[in-house]
Amino acid sequence: MSAVVKSTVGDNTVPKNTVPKSVVRRRRLRTLPVYVTLWLVGAVMVTPLLYALVSGFKSTDQLSSNTFGLPHPWVTSNYTSLLGSGPFWRSVGSSTLIAVATALLTVGASALAAYALARFAFRGREVLFTVFTMGLMFPFAVAILPLFILLRTFGLLDNPWGVILPQAAFGLPMTIVILRGFFREIPGELEEAATLDGCSPFGFFWRILLPLARPALGTVSVLAIVGSWNNFLLPLLVFSEPTWWTVPVGIQQFQGQYASDLARIFAYLVLAMAPALAFYAVAERQLIGGITLGATKG
Amino acid sequence: MTHSTSASTTSTYVPDLGKPTGATAVSPGGGPRRPALRRVRDWFAAFVFTVPALALFGMLVLLPMGYAFYVSFFNWGGFGSPTDSVGFDNYTRLFHDPVFLGDLWRGFLLIAFSLVLQLPFALAMAVLLNQRLRGRAVYRMLFFAPYILSEVITGVLFSMIFAPGDGLADKILGAVGLDGLGGLWFAGQNTVLPTLFLVMTWKYFGFHMMLYLAGLQGIPAELHEAARIDGAGSWQRFRHVTLPLLAPTLRISVFLSVIGAIQLFDLVWVISAGGPDHHSETMVISMFQYGFKRYQMGYASAISVAMFLISLVFALAYQRFVLRRDTEGAITTMRANR
Repeated sequence: MSAVVKSTVGDNTVPKNTVPKSVVRRRRLRTLPVYVTLWLVGAVMVTPLLYALVSGFKSTDQLSSNTFGLPHPWVTSNYTSLLGSGPFWRSVGSSTLIAVATALLTVGASALAAYALARFAFRGREVLFTVFTMGLMFPFAVAILPLFILLRTFGLLDNPWGVILPQAAFGLPMTIVILRGFFREIPGELEEAATLDGCSPFGFFWRILLPLARPALGTVSVLAIVGSWNNFLLPLLVFSEPTWWTVPVGIQQFQGQYASDLARIFAYLVLAMAPALAFYAVAERQLIGGITLGATKG
Repeated sequence: MTHSTSASTTSTYVPDLGKPTGATAVSPGGGPRRPALRRVRDWFAAFVFTVPALALFGMLVLLPMGYAFYVSFFNWGGFGSPTDSVGFDNYTRLFHDPVFLGDLWRGFLLIAFSLVLQLPFALAMAVLLNQRLRGRAVYRMLFFAPYILSEVITGVLFSMIFAPGDGLADKILGAVGLDGLGGLWFAGQNTVLPTLFLVMTWKYFGFHMMLYLAGLQGIPAELHEAARIDGAGSWQRFRHVTLPLLAPTLRISVFLSVIGAIQLFDLVWVISAGGPDHHSETMVISMFQYGFKRYQMGYASAISVAMFLISLVFALAYQRFVLRRDTEGAITTMRANR
C-alpha cells in the first residue's frame, strides 16, 4: 500500500511521511500508557502548588465548604494585605541581602583558593585540597551547637553576618571542588603568554581566568544563592528578633501566629514560592547543571 | 597547612598544573628545578590566595567541629565554659537512650523506603523522559521544581494538605469514597513516617531523576541499536545495557540519598517537630531538642559527633567498597556531561 502511495504522490514525499498510518497508530497506542503515566505524576506534582495558589484567593470558610471549586467570590485581600505589609517585604529583603552576600563571599573566597589549588605548585597543596573536600561531608547540623556558641561569643547573634559567614564557610568545599576542576582545564599557554606580557599572578586571575570561567562562576553563584535562600536552621537560631527574619523563618512564625487563618497562610506560601520558582525559570540551566555537576563531583 | 609533603610530590604535580609561571615558562618542559626565589614567591602567592577561604573554613567549620568533640565529654548547660567533665558518659548514654536508638531505626526505615521506592521511581521517570516525547521539557521542569522550594514552604504546605479531616488529602479521599484510608497522617504515631516519606518523595525524586537523565544521556545510542539488532527486547535492553552503564550514577544517587536521610531536619521540624511522641524524630531533631530546648549541650554534642562518625564511616566504607571500582566510569560520564 505504501508503495502505491509513493508512486502516485511522487518524489516530493519526504521519507518520514512514508510511515504507514497503521504503524503510526500502533506507535501512538504504545506510547499512550507513557503519556498517561506522565500525566498522572504531573498532576500529583502540580496539585499541591495549584491548590495553594487557588486557596489563597478563598476565605478560610470557603476552604472547607468549597475545597475543589474555584473561589466564589474571589478574595484578593489575602494577597494584597501581605503585599502591603512591612514584615513580608522585610523578610524578602533580608533573604535577598543574605543570599547575595553569601554568594559573593563564597564564590570570591573559593575562586581565589581554587586558583591557588589549581595552578600553583606548593608543598601541602593536595593535603589542603583534601581538607577542603572533607568538608563536603560535614553537615551544617553537626556543627550547629558550637557554631551557635561561637556566634554568641563574637556577638554575631541577631546580626546578618552571623548567617552569612557560616553559610559561606560551609559552601566553600563544593564551590572549590567545582571551580578547581574548571580552572585546571584552562590551557597553561595562556598563563605563559600573560606572564610574558608582564601580568602578575593576581592580574592573570582577575583579567583572564575569571572572565573565562564565567559559566562556572554563574553556576556556583546560583547554587550558593538557592542554598542560602532556603536555609532554615541557622537563621532560626541566629535571629531571635524579627528584624532580620528570612523568608523561611518568617513563614514558620506566620504559621504560628495565624494558625486559624489558613487562606492567609496559603497566600503567604505562594508569595514566598514565587521568587524561588521565578529564579528557577530564569536560571534553570545553571541550576540543574550545577546540581548534577556538584553531586557527581562530590 | 602542612609542609611535610616531600619535595618530590611537588615536582610530580607540576605537569598537570599547566606550566609554572615566569622564567621557567620560557622553556616549556625544561628543567624541573625552579629558582628558589620563584618558589618562595609562588608559595607566598598561593598562601595569600588561600588565606580567606582557610580563615573562613577554619574558624567556622573546623573549629566548631573540634569544639563539639571537646564539649561532648562534659556535662554542660551552654553558659560559661564547660567544667564538669564526665568522660565517656554522654556516649554510653547514647546506647541506652530509646530516643536516639529510635532515631537510628527511623533513619534506617527512611533509607530503606528511599532505596526500594523513591529511587526506582525516579529511575522509571528518567527512562520515560529520556525518550522523544511531546512536552518532555515541561515534565522535566515540573518534576524538578519542588527540589528548588525551601523545606519550610514544603513542610507548611503539606501539613495543611494532610490536616486531619479538613485537609485536601482527606477531602479527595472522601470525594472518591475512600474515607477509611485517610485519617491522622502526620498526627498518627504509625502514619507519620509513611506520610513524611510521601512528602520527601514529592520533593526529592526530581533531583535523582535529573542525575539519572544526565547519566542516561552519556550512554551512546549505538549500544541500544546494537542490542536491538541482536534481538534484545526493551526490558532486556534496560537490564543489560542501561542499568550497567548507569551504575556509577546510581551509586552516587544512593550515596546522596543516605547522607540526606542522616541529616534530615528542616522538613520534619516544620511538619511535626519529631512528634507525635518521637515517632518522626531524626538525629538532628534529637540534637536540637537536647541542646536548645533542654540545654544539655554535652549530650547534644555527643549526638552530633555520633552523627558525624556515622556519616564519615558510611562515606569511607562506601567509597572504599562501592565507588572505588567505578571512579573511572564516573569521571568519564562527568566529562561527557560538561
